[in-house]
Amino acid sequence: MPTMKSGPVWEGKTVYKATITVRLKESVLDPQGSAVQGSLHSLGYEEVRQVRIGKTMEVWLETADFQEASDRVDAMCRKLLANPVIEDYEFRLEKGA
Amino acid sequence: MRFAVPVFPGSNCDQDCAKAVREVLERPADLVWYTEDSLDNYDAIILPGGFSYGDYLRTGALARFSPVMEAVAEAAEKGKLVLGICNGFQVLLEAGLLPGAMRVNDHLQFRCSIQTLQVENNSLPFTACYKQGEIIRLPIAHGEGNYYCDDQTLQELEDRGQIAFRYHGENPNGSVAGIAGIVNRRGNVLGLMPHPERAIHDWMGSRDGARLFRSMLQYWEGMYGAA
Repeated sequence: MPTMKSGPVWEGKTVYKATITVRLKESVLDPQGSAVQGSLHSLGYEEVRQVRIGKTMEVWLETADFQEASDRVDAMCRKLLANPVIEDYEFRLEKGA
Repeated sequence: MRFAVPVFPGSNCDQDCAKAVREVLERPADLVWYTEDSLDNYDAIILPGGFSYGDYLRTGALARFSPVMEAVAEAAEKGKLVLGICNGFQVLLEAGLLPGAMRVNDHLQFRCSIQTLQVENNSLPFTACYKQGEIIRLPIAHGEGNYYCDDQTLQELEDRGQIAFRYHGENPNGSVAGIAGIVNRRGNVLGLMPHPERAIHDWMGSRDGARLFRSMLQYWEGMYGAA
């Protein structure tokens, strides 16, 4: 884990780590995934039926509780981290880390 | 008619855009740093090509939140002409000033070539100096010009005449319906992947881009008189 900058720690706040996955929607063709699938096939992995490429982001945040952290991360995804026109997102939230 | 060309960290076509305005229209064009929060002194805005914020996260995604973009949204709201070229188009999409989103080219390559386009609607402030259906040549240079929108949005774009330019012949990036450039509903915001500012003299290989700028001036003079 990268070292976290030490900021002010308020009474009763907890650090959460969100692991966010953003990928193209199922309905949107993924040219990178198709190219990688082709390469896997030429390597002999003919069983591969589909490859989707996405990105993972890790965000550490400090909030009053789990619910607040979850709401905030969800808003971040909608406003910036994912483009709702072409991308879906999901995230996992864990305490500490 | 005064033009502003906002410059983001990573923009690289800003000088070309300003020069196109000065050389084709003989009108002033200022480069405006992305931290500027007012564009009140300008009549039209050109968002230039390049790689704003290094294309981090998604093309145009971070530029969208810079102070100058609020001023651009305000200008668009007032009905001023806003032209986004290449990365400028990507920024307009991310800012929600135009519908849809940009994907990586379907062949995954960065494509740099002169492309043939068809003028799909010549009744726009940006296209009035072209003939309807005219075939023109403009250069492209992008890795992410694969325009996407859902079927309903595409239908609306078609029905309302919002498709300004389509690729003619080869589609160089896989964009939906061969779209090269679209306008908003009001018609005062245009985003396109090809570079009109790189096609204003014969020695550039084409001067078909010059008339896009002339159309903007003609529209503005029609509204406000020759000033």
